[in-house]
Amino acid sequence: METEPSFFETSPTPNVVGKPLNRVDGRDKVMGRAKYSAEYPIPGLTYGVLKTSDIAKGKIQNIDTSAAAKAPGVLAIYTHLNIPKLAVTPNDAEGKKAIGAPMGFMPLTSDVIHYAGQPVAVVVADTFERATHAADLVRVTYLTEQPIAAYTDPKAKIFDPQKIQDGKTDGKTRRGDARAALASAPVQLTGVFTHAINHHNPMEPGATTAVWEAPDRLTVYESTQGVTRTQKALSTMLGLPQDQVRVITKYLGGGFGCKGSCWPHTVLTVLAAKGVGRPVKLSLTRKQQFTSMGHREDQTQTLTLGATKEGKLTALIHEKTSTTSPWDNYAESNSKIINMLYDCPNFEASYQLARGNVMTSTFTRAPGEAPGSFALESLMDDLAYKLNIDPIQIRLLNHADKDPTNGQPWSSKSLKECYARGAELFGWSKRNPKAGATRNGRLLVGMGMATASYPVHNSQGMARVRLYADGHAVVQSGATDLGTGTYTVMTQVAADSLGLPPEKIRFELGDTKLPTAPNSGGSVAAGTVSSSVYMAAQDVWERLTKLAIKDKKSPLFGAKAEEVAIENGRLQLKKNKAKGEDYMALMKRAGLDDIEGSGNGKYGAGYETGQSASPADSGYKEPPAAHSMHSFGAHFCEVQVDPDLGTVRVTRWVSVHGAGRILNAKTARSQIIGGSIFGIGAALMEATHRDNQFARYVNADLADYHIPVNADIPDMTVEFIDERDPYINAMGVKGIGEISMVGVSAAVGNAIFHATGKRVRDLPMTPDKILATKPV
Amino acid sequence: MNNFSYLQATQPKEATGAVRDNKQAAFIAGGTTLLDLMKLNVENHDQLVDINMLAFKGIEQTGDGLRIGALERMSDVGENPLVMQQYPMISQSLLQAASPQLRNMASIGGNLLQRTRCGYFRDTAFPCNKRQPGSGCPAQEGENRGLAILGGSKSCIATFPGDLAVALVALDAVLLLENAKGKQRRVPLVDFHLVPGNTPQRETVLEPGELIVSVTVPAAAHTRKSMYLKVRERTSYAYALASAAVGLDVQGGQIRSARVALGGVGTKPWRSREAEKVLTGAPATEATFRAAAAAALREAQPREHNRFKVELAQSTLVRALTELTAA
Repeated sequence: METEPSFFETSPTPNVVGKPLNRVDGRDKVMGRAKYSAEYPIPGLTYGVLKTSDIAKGKIQNIDTSAAAKAPGVLAIYTHLNIPKLAVTPNDAEGKKAIGAPMGFMPLTSDVIHYAGQPVAVVVADTFERATHAADLVRVTYLTEQPIAAYTDPKAKIFDPQKIQDGKTDGKTRRGDARAALASAPVQLTGVFTHAINHHNPMEPGATTAVWEAPDRLTVYESTQGVTRTQKALSTMLGLPQDQVRVITKYLGGGFGCKGSCWPHTVLTVLAAKGVGRPVKLSLTRKQQFTSMGHREDQTQTLTLGATKEGKLTALIHEKTSTTSPWDNYAESNSKIINMLYDCPNFEASYQLARGNVMTSTFTRAPGEAPGSFALESLMDDLAYKLNIDPIQIRLLNHADKDPTNGQPWSSKSLKECYARGAELFGWSKRNPKAGATRNGRLLVGMGMATASYPVHNSQGMARVRLYADGHAVVQSGATDLGTGTYTVMTQVAADSLGLPPEKIRFELGDTKLPTAPNSGGSVAAGTVSSSVYMAAQDVWERLTKLAIKDKKSPLFGAKAEEVAIENGRLQLKKNKAKGEDYMALMKRAGLDDIEGSGNGKYGAGYETGQSASPADSGYKEPPAAHSMHSFGAHFCEVQVDPDLGTVRVTRWVSVHGAGRILNAKTARSQIIGGSIFGIGAALMEATHRDNQFARYVNADLADYHIPVNADIPDMTVEFIDERDPYINAMGVKGIGEISMVGVSAAVGNAIFHATGKRVRDLPMTPDKILATKPV
Repeated sequence: MNNFSYLQATQPKEATGAVRDNKQAAFIAGGTTLLDLMKLNVENHDQLVDINMLAFKGIEQTGDGLRIGALERMSDVGENPLVMQQYPMISQSLLQAASPQLRNMASIGGNLLQRTRCGYFRDTAFPCNKRQPGSGCPAQEGENRGLAILGGSKSCIATFPGDLAVALVALDAVLLLENAKGKQRRVPLVDFHLVPGNTPQRETVLEPGELIVSVTVPAAAHTRKSMYLKVRERTSYAYALASAAVGLDVQGGQIRSARVALGGVGTKPWRSREAEKVLTGAPATEATFRAAAAAALREAQPREHNRFKVELAQSTLVRALTELTAA
């Protein structure tokens, strides 16, 4: 392992890191000063509106644009016949690979319709309303074919993919001999679990403002979780050098994975702007959002476990079948968490897919781990009841002391502490172990829990620090802030790394002109960017130290670099702290108004091995490290179920996580709360319904696609276990964006089981399913 | 959404005349349903006639009951002390509907005319007999989980989505209507909405240009002892999976009079005289309530995904009756 300084060494008692600092961007947001990607008042701006397909499969027979073209204010109408051509499209394997961002199909490249809601035209007008009206006037006729709506369609062809999730995960995994182990296991349990289609539905829809600064130079204000990934995808498709495309995302109104790729509407906006020769802004409608940026796929999981009479797991066999698009092999990799969460010597997993005429599914918060943990943690609960063992006990009995997938030690793991602290905060000991035995008047009360885990993926990024001699600093990294607090936590890290108060730091992000950072996805952003910022500050100190020891007027003149330490902005000898000076004095003497440093922060296996990962492809290929790196946690849930009406209310919630260093107690708590609510939504109400005959959604709006309202959510208790992990990155940070949701739906389901004795295996667990399920 | 002209009417005749004379015109009050459907191209109007200036206001006790002006807002009526105390079912139905923002905008008259949330109706890419007569009803074999089990036909099973109308239909509310000639007529709410039959595009008995002026509700013992119970997937801002509006006059354990209507299950606000018949004169016991609930759902015709509503509606009704008599 390369010896790089770590935050643990230079800031053993941090000033502001970890503190519940208020959001530095909070005031701008509530005052309406924070500009989102569709809010830039660019001179000459025009408005693009998509016309989308009414059918899910077939061909465009004719597009009549005559009425639309005559409508007032219309500047252009682009269809597959006249839109400017792309240099590269993702429609073939080579193009797809070159583009990099997960993108498998580009509309308006032919007359073929693959899914309902596929763009068939882009209308550009001088106002949004005129463009919207003109889009309605475009008349499209189709040669309609019968679509396949889902893997459940009897006509769907189920196949075994070699790889899923864009080639990241094998279609089949084996460890040991699960079939043989199962056959000889005295306890055998099987559960079949289904998951409804879920949509991310960030508050801010997908939005693009495209400005061609010159015929070969483009600026895009984009609602994306990764400016670099978008830059790379766009420049490849347009045939431009990467530096000729600038992508800016200063604020993001949520993403949850749907803004982790480059999607067709962005490319269409760029092409329309090229065509009309003016800036074009395009914002998806809420309805279009449901067919434009992916979703969590409809899926069935069958999980079988074998165990000893004492409850020790001996075999796990997982099978998943799900719907994918005509061009992709996307499936969430549910089996990963099932493979690693418990000590089980035999494991087998396989994926099956069917092509439906649907937009492709994509990363959705905790992709794989969230639905995978629902199956595993529900079945573990069944095992606990079957053997009359406490649900926490059965998990402790199967606790994985090392990573069962490769036998490696964990870089850090506080799961036992999470169970213990969670149980204490929740009052688990007061729980009557018998299901269906606790009442509050008419209502049945249930308490359930589940384990959470999420990997520390491999990633890296860059940051730049410019320290001014007057005691201010500008810190930059091309990261994005989904609204979860990147601006704030990086300000804190920079403050402690530079020995400055946070109000003297300005942190800038969300621009490809800044040092490259990874996508904010897969929970890599906080750890990668904070490490980059920290390393950049170290670079500044190294430069200043070099300056000091060569400066005859410095008290440090003649010292060796390794003899000098930095404390609160002062350079001094480690052995004689009195001998040293303030950096401002040093810079003034040297005639420096400012000094810059840059840092390359590595995250995950790449940090431990010293190898690097391509920032835009974070998490793609993990080099072997000596440790397995995961965060762990536990959720505890109390529900009250109305046995006559089938309604479920979550009445208490406790989440305890061990996720490395927590950078900001307040934003971290908010993130766990947000992820838990996301999970409660998936557990109890979220479902997009696709008509089987038309392969088209029937509830594509926020009135009929239910997410929790405030009244559905109780006060939530969140705590973190202190963890000091030296193997994962210079800051010791594990991400918390995804783990907040993992295990949540199982915790809710387990509480429902405890309340009612009913095991509901179909998400969401709506009143009709609660009523229809028979108690065991 | 197409272009439209806008007329702000100051007199009823100005409004009713404009809409009678132009088939493409529509009244607008709160606009919470209308603008939504216009943006979806489900409704296309070339003229909107704003009636908010008309004097259809007032929430008052009259000699024999309650009178509510059609242009009162849902939130104002829901939080009105008279309504809360004397007609609790009406207040509850309003405050459990929509969201506070929508209730602040939406008018009473408009709410009674609220159109279905059927996903096939709301998306012009689907066939829909209500939107485009004769085009078909894919909901029959499709995603019909939220759709009606009472009052449906082969051409339409769209659920009436409202809450207030369910309460009002239970309490024998009468609408005062005014047409373009200035002529007024009274129509019991129970006769106001139509079941779809072969003409699902016709949802009410309103004539072209006719406006709702006010709603009156006769006072009775069962209006004071009344409640609205709504079962839904989330605690707020959700349409009913099933709801029950019940009013009872119970004396000495015997039910003297009963009013029952169901929401979320019918193609119109579903008054259940069958349930009332079972309840009236019977002891206020769980057995009676169950029998009444069974009677209310006897004619139910569920489809593949909404079968649960048969049981859920009965449970909801039993629960409402139980809670009301326990209070």
